[in-house]
Amino acid sequence: MFSRAYRTIVTVPPLAWVAVFLLVPYALMFCYSFWSVSAAQTIVHSWNFANYQELLEKPVYWQTLLRSMWIAARVMLFSLLLGYPLAYFLSFYAGKRKDLLYQMVIIPLWVSYLVRAYAWKTILGSDGVLNTLLQYVHLTKHPLEFLLYSPFAVVLTLTHIYTPFTILPIYAALEHIPSNLVEASHDLGASPSQTFWKVIFPLSIPGVVAGATFAFVLSLGDFLAPLLLGGPSGIMISNIVVSLFGAAYNWPLGAAISLGMLVIVVTLLFVSERLEKKWSYS
Amino acid sequence: MSSLNTLSNLATPNAQPPAKTLLSIRNVAKTFGANLVLRDISLEIAQGEFLTILGESGSGKTTLLRIIAGFEAATSGELWMSGDRLDHQPPYRRKVNTVFQSYALFPHLTVEENVAYGLRVAKRPDTEIKQRVAEALDKVKMTAHAKKKPSNISGGQQQRVALARALVNRPQLLLLDEPLSALDANLRRQMQVELKSLQREVGIAFVFVTHDQEEAMVMSDRIALLRSGELEQVAGPREIYNRPATAYVAQFIGHTNLLKGEVRQSIAQCGSLSWKSNLPDGPFLFSLRPEHLRISGGTPGAVHTRAKVLVQAFHGATDLVRVECADGLVLTLRTPSGGIKGENLEVEFEPADAIPVRESPERT
Repeated sequence: MFSRAYRTIVTVPPLAWVAVFLLVPYALMFCYSFWSVSAAQTIVHSWNFANYQELLEKPVYWQTLLRSMWIAARVMLFSLLLGYPLAYFLSFYAGKRKDLLYQMVIIPLWVSYLVRAYAWKTILGSDGVLNTLLQYVHLTKHPLEFLLYSPFAVVLTLTHIYTPFTILPIYAALEHIPSNLVEASHDLGASPSQTFWKVIFPLSIPGVVAGATFAFVLSLGDFLAPLLLGGPSGIMISNIVVSLFGAAYNWPLGAAISLGMLVIVVTLLFVSERLEKKWSYS
Repeated sequence: MSSLNTLSNLATPNAQPPAKTLLSIRNVAKTFGANLVLRDISLEIAQGEFLTILGESGSGKTTLLRIIAGFEAATSGELWMSGDRLDHQPPYRRKVNTVFQSYALFPHLTVEENVAYGLRVAKRPDTEIKQRVAEALDKVKMTAHAKKKPSNISGGQQQRVALARALVNRPQLLLLDEPLSALDANLRRQMQVELKSLQREVGIAFVFVTHDQEEAMVMSDRIALLRSGELEQVAGPREIYNRPATAYVAQFIGHTNLLKGEVRQSIAQCGSLSWKSNLPDGPFLFSLRPEHLRISGGTPGAVHTRAKVLVQAFHGATDLVRVECADGLVLTLRTPSGGIKGENLEVEFEPADAIPVRESPERT
């Protein structure tokens, strides 16, 4: 059908891209994770499981991992709680304003992540917008310290940043529900709320799963929000990886953590895809 | 003009419903923006009746059905059902169920769960739900497929499930929106018969929407013919066929010859054809069914004319033959198959079979 030359031109560049920028780095990382660092700060190319053993033995690593998952879980939950109603409203009730509102969901995605994270810093800081306002209206006497440099700040910022990622797949799923199913439900005597729980929500589950996966996976691997707003109590697993590859100069351990993360994320994506398939009927 | 008015009294467009009125549609109109979809529809539907709303696509028939179901609000007019105002109630409070054109089965529920849906949301006891669902599935012969998802059964089976899902709620009125249009011709004819006998059995009033005049003729107690948002005629299949009120009805339901003519002093004159008539003087349009034209046997009192055969089309048991009279008038007649030999023949019809019809005004 297509000439050999055409197929070569079309397929080789992307494959080369994937090989050079994905497969090779992963292979390198895989190797590093079994190596070690000598006292003289050089990489020792001897193969053993010492790094993985250290991960399991030192509580700081899996505690940080658990904290990261707990933060990601909260971000996922809040993104869904905020995103679902908005997507539902957009799909069923927005009418003529649908396109405008949809764009308003999209626009924040064009703004740099850093700008949005810094914006929260100015809002949540001890002499930030929020604390100044609270003191001005005499709700508080002193600045609230837990607002910034805390897991709270990280969850808040990540929720703000990743909610659009949950809205979009949920909205897409809702838009795919044929209107005659909603009509059939009403026709059979189901009230609007019965119709929501028995027809609309079950049929939107693939979108919810996709949105939840986005929010969780993207939050789990985040390192800028905890770096800028997390403080010591808000450190996440990626911050440890960054420091291991940087100041601590322990690439092998950093690689081991990264690989562990990769396994967790790939497993999550796999489960999420199975769930989406299980609940979709097109 | 006076003759046309007299005529509209002769062929009453709204026949009286035979039994107790269930649903009363009063002066319903519907506009979508500047688009007038229905204008001034008044129609009574009797208990246990099979009424078909027949019309071309765009005639407003589906909109009328959706107004009865409650998915659309009428722009003006009222709906009354068993003495209560219906159009003020949301669709989920109306004792009306719908079989949708594309069936609209819930894809995430099994056949059984689909049928149970209405009873579940009404919070009926489990034992009752189980029993009624089993009965309904049995009635449409779908018991064997109860545990399947809609995507795993055929179109005809989905259609039965949609029917069971609606009927299990024992509505007073069942609305069917071209439910057979997605089926192939054979299955379709079979379902027409099944649907009709099912309707007789359950005794629920059916309002059936279709664009297929044959389907309407086979199934209905009465047919309401819609044209461009207005009711053209409401009558039983035989009456609507034998006494079409307008030229449009005569042409839409079966084949017909439309003869433009004039009555003067009790003589109707259409080109070279003439016969005695008791209509008042004035211009008239007559509908003459092809089967009422026959090869002349010199019957006394019949209208005769010589004609030349143009085309013969084979229609199984009968042929449809187009002939041209001496004055250029082209007529279609239905004869037993292979009954016409030769080019020239004499045809005749009974004056009583030339039915005066109203001209159907152009509408947009």
